[in-house]
Amino acid sequence: MRLQLKKIMLSNILIRLGIAGIFLYEAIRSLLIPPYSINLLLKQILFVGARSVLVIVVAGLFVGMVIALQFYDTLVRFGSISLLGSAVGLSLTRELGPVLTALMVIGRTGSAMCAEIGIMRIDNQIDALECMGIDPHRYLISPRILAGILCVPILTAIFIVVGIFGGYFVGVILFDVSAGSFFQNMNDAVLNRDLCMGLTKSIVFGLLIVWISCERGFNLHLDKSGAYGSEGVSRITTEAVVISSITILFSDYLLSALIL
Amino acid sequence: MVKRNTENVLEVSELNTWYGDRKILSDINLSVSRNEIMVIMGHSGSGKSTLLRYILGLEKIKEGIIKLLNKEVAKLSKDELYKLRKRIGVAFQSGALFNSMTVGENIELPLHENTDLDENTIKIMSRIKLELMQLSGTESLMPAELSGGMLKRAGLARAVIMDPELLFFDEPSAGLDPITSAHLDNLILQLRDTLNMSIIVVTHELESAFKIADRITILDKGEIILVGSKEVIKKSNDSRIINMLERRAISNPLDAKDYLNRLTKK
Ligand SMILES: Nc1ncnc2c1ncn2[C@@H]1O[C@H](COP(=O)(O)OP(=O)(O)O)[C@@H](O)[C@H]1O
Ligand SMILES: [Mg+2]
Repeated sequence: MRLQLKKIMLSNILIRLGIAGIFLYEAIRSLLIPPYSINLLLKQILFVGARSVLVIVVAGLFVGMVIALQFYDTLVRFGSISLLGSAVGLSLTRELGPVLTALMVIGRTGSAMCAEIGIMRIDNQIDALECMGIDPHRYLISPRILAGILCVPILTAIFIVVGIFGGYFVGVILFDVSAGSFFQNMNDAVLNRDLCMGLTKSIVFGLLIVWISCERGFNLHLDKSGAYGSEGVSRITTEAVVISSITILFSDYLLSALIL
Repeated sequence: MVKRNTENVLEVSELNTWYGDRKILSDINLSVSRNEIMVIMGHSGSGKSTLLRYILGLEKIKEGIIKLLNKEVAKLSKDELYKLRKRIGVAFQSGALFNSMTVGENIELPLHENTDLDENTIKIMSRIKLELMQLSGTESLMPAELSGGMLKRAGLARAVIMDPELLFFDEPSAGLDPITSAHLDNLILQLRDTLNMSIIVVTHELESAFKIADRITILDKGEIILVGSKEVIKKSNDSRIINMLERRAISNPLDAKDYLNRLTKK
């Protein structure tokens, strides 16, 4: 009995993954085959990227400040305050920048995408697109995926830069670490390899967030386990946020392990 | 009556469909000829919308054959299906307009996506259709600013913007006031007579069905119980149809004990 239940659950998970895989394939296929619509892409870049900048700046500033504070407190015990620049720079570029930016984007953009597409599904708007001879993957999903892949790395870069500035503010201005050693040390420690790691992560995260959020909304009707309507939309939106957050943290570990 | 071209725009044969394990449609056979208005009637839940979804290729056919404009839907590739759908129009029950666009942008969308017409021509074409639906002046409003009947008409405007050969209309008059729904009926007749469309209308409104239909298909619990002209329907002696015509509730003789058992059944 137990075993059987496990088997059913496993096959359900495999079916879901298969459906999500086909979904991504369709979206990427539409990205590779013309015609392209610049308008749709710009609209999504505005939504995913431009409108998130302020949130990312504020978050980056505080995160940079708090890690400088924490590292300062730790480093001071070992008398190695000169390492503050490298500690702040490395932790931001390798880990905190990409991961925290991704989590902010999930909360701000992923959830909204999921809810919007879910509502389009239950109101037959996606069927209406199909009936007009417009491929909903091409029209709705591809521009979002491309915008995610383009914008999340840029937002991550902004986060890191602002974070370093926050760290500088706390370290150099509040605690009198010399500015020269702060930046020299950071410059020596953060290598191209570290920047590449941050960039790779942020591109992967951008893809994952949009993929998971859009797929959950788009395939809302395939989910036989629960209610449709507004309750269904709220349920899959929560689900999208949880699944994409966990996937981000898991793939962050995986990517770190692979690249290091 | 004028002699019509007898070519069929839609042929459904031996269609059986399921949602999960529940059988929804059984042995559906149906054909609609060019320039005809076919009304599909039935109680709510009888499978009318489901039938439309299968005809439009929105659900995968497991048993049966559907030919739309002489092409077998199940055998088309994705691209061929999209190409075929550009020749048909579908107006959904709720209107299904995109909330983030104005009414005008909604109606122009098929032209923007499917044709190379210039902006001015597109504007003019959408104004013509809005005028036809008595919606002039609403093009810069958002869908949320329209009433239910207006949404339905805007959805119809979008469905006919490409001048389709074949139009599907799900529940045009459900939830509308009598005047608006009479206007929609006239509009449907006008679309057939002036633009030569073949039209399939799903409804449960008797009056509207008898006003517009060339033929009526009656669906009951997923089965077609009759296809025919208004006269044939009126003369039918099937009790289910008579009940429907006289708007009688389906009455089963009530057995008190049995009724109590059903209610208290675990
Ligand atoms: N997505 C779905 N999943 C499961 N059952 C459905 C679904 N859509 C409709 N049904 C069922 O199919 C039957 C026919 O529904 P529908 O075609 O919408 O009826 P109508 O349009 O005639 O009111 C109903 O019993 C309904 O419960
Ligand atoms: Mg219906």
